[in-house]
Amino acid sequence: MSETAARALARMFERMSEAIETEKDHLSELDGAIGDGDHGITMSIGFKAVNAALAALDLDAASPSEVMSTAASGFLDAVGASTGPLYATGFRRAAQALAGRDRLDLAACRDMITAISEGIRDRGKAQRGDKTMFDVWLPAAEAATTALADGKSERDFWTAVTTAASNGAAATATMVATKGRAARLRERSLGQLDPGAVSANALIRAISNTL
Amino acid sequence: MQRFINNPDLVVEDTVKGFVKAHSDIVRLAENPRVIVAKDAPFAGKVGVVTGGGSGHEPAFIGYTGKNMLDAVAVGELFSSPTAKSFHDAIREANGGKGVVVLYGNYAGDNMNVKMATKLAAKDGIEIATVVANDDVCSAPPEEREKRRGVAGEIFMWKMGGAKAATGASLEEVRATAQKAIDNCRSIGVGLGPCTLPAVGHPNFQIEPGTMEVGIGHHGEPGVRVEKLKTAEEVAKDMVKIVLDDHNLPAGTEVAVLVSGLGATPLNELYILNDTIESEISARGLKIRKTWIGNYFTSLEMVGATLTVMALDDELKTLLDVETRCTIIL
Repeated sequence: MSETAARALARMFERMSEAIETEKDHLSELDGAIGDGDHGITMSIGFKAVNAALAALDLDAASPSEVMSTAASGFLDAVGASTGPLYATGFRRAAQALAGRDRLDLAACRDMITAISEGIRDRGKAQRGDKTMFDVWLPAAEAATTALADGKSERDFWTAVTTAASNGAAATATMVATKGRAARLRERSLGQLDPGAVSANALIRAISNTL
Repeated sequence: MQRFINNPDLVVEDTVKGFVKAHSDIVRLAENPRVIVAKDAPFAGKVGVVTGGGSGHEPAFIGYTGKNMLDAVAVGELFSSPTAKSFHDAIREANGGKGVVVLYGNYAGDNMNVKMATKLAAKDGIEIATVVANDDVCSAPPEEREKRRGVAGEIFMWKMGGAKAATGASLEEVRATAQKAIDNCRSIGVGLGPCTLPAVGHPNFQIEPGTMEVGIGHHGEPGVRVEKLKTAEEVAKDMVKIVLDDHNLPAGTEVAVLVSGLGATPLNELYILNDTIESEISARGLKIRKTWIGNYFTSLEMVGATLTVMALDDELKTLLDVETRCTIIL
């Protein structure tokens, strides 16, 4: 790898931001069905702020862990709503998971995805099946763990992770929301994809495309 | 859209700018442009009183900044919680060395952002207490009262908490009084027409003409039922029944009443509702000490109204009479 791990992570956040920009209107439209229609805008603001914060970081000197904690602060200071604390906590946990590491091998990727998933779970008190972004991050983390334990190739590892994420996002249409504003819709939320799950899927695809 | 806006993405910025220009005798903008502070705050030796929430509910939340009310308010995007940083900065602006109480509304984003902000503030050495409002009767059944959201009853919580803080009370005393105030509040909303976030451009929920959503939330959250639009008298009777059935107050209890428009309902219709609201509350043997009618807590241009009833004890009666100096007369 000619590029430093810190640079690779910074590029990952650029790709994540691009993925959100591509999906922005679609995310807001999905949110319009069960929320107030601003999820695309919120995520766009957040990842633009992350990249602005990372632009101020010396990536030749920074560790992967510092990149993640800078991303966490950048996101948190720019985004309120529920999304701000959820992703900021996820990225902060990822910073802890990457502490002392200077290589982004598959074990590090597994630990990063797992840490993001656990951070989101702990901050939002979400469980599997609550129709949230956690229904994407959790299966992705589980798939990463299994793929690594089974000694899968890099390519198969990422196929397993992105497949799990995309199945997780699709499955939210069969769930009744129990968290946040959508919870008030109860069974009226059935049949609708969760916008937070759809954006999580786009983020995981961007991670896979970079690392 | 028939709206007075410049750029749909700058609605909050432009609102705050105009607000601060209009009310520079009462408030100032903090270094963080998403925090409004009472002009002379912080006050040494007084517990700081803070709230925050999404924009689009004006005059809530910013309009209640001022003397004997809120010391600082964190401002969020439209219908979206302020950042943890803004809540943290609001706490710092309000800190007069005697601790800060954060009085907010039980929405998922607010809960998380306040929690993160209070941790940061604790690291600054600021003593923090929180009270979460849950006065919206239709947002969850009685056995899940902790899940209910805060709506217009928050105004009473702020007024009681702010007035208590002004007496020089301790952080725990202010917290307890604000908690009692919101425990004594019940609210109900009825929606007749939806609202639109300018950046979205179309309503994200519908209320069919000729119908109404009974129990609607402050962002258009579905209520307990959709039914045919009735007369003001029937609607008001229903509102009082839903609020007081949940409240179970003994006859003779004195109450404060707040009837607020949701943004696009004319004031005269609020008075029409109140004609029946007053009779119905009195018919139940309750004594109305004071009534407020107006656009106190709105939801952009939603058509509809909310009713809040707060039961009063001696302490709350005294605090109710404390004069406030904010942009809204209370």
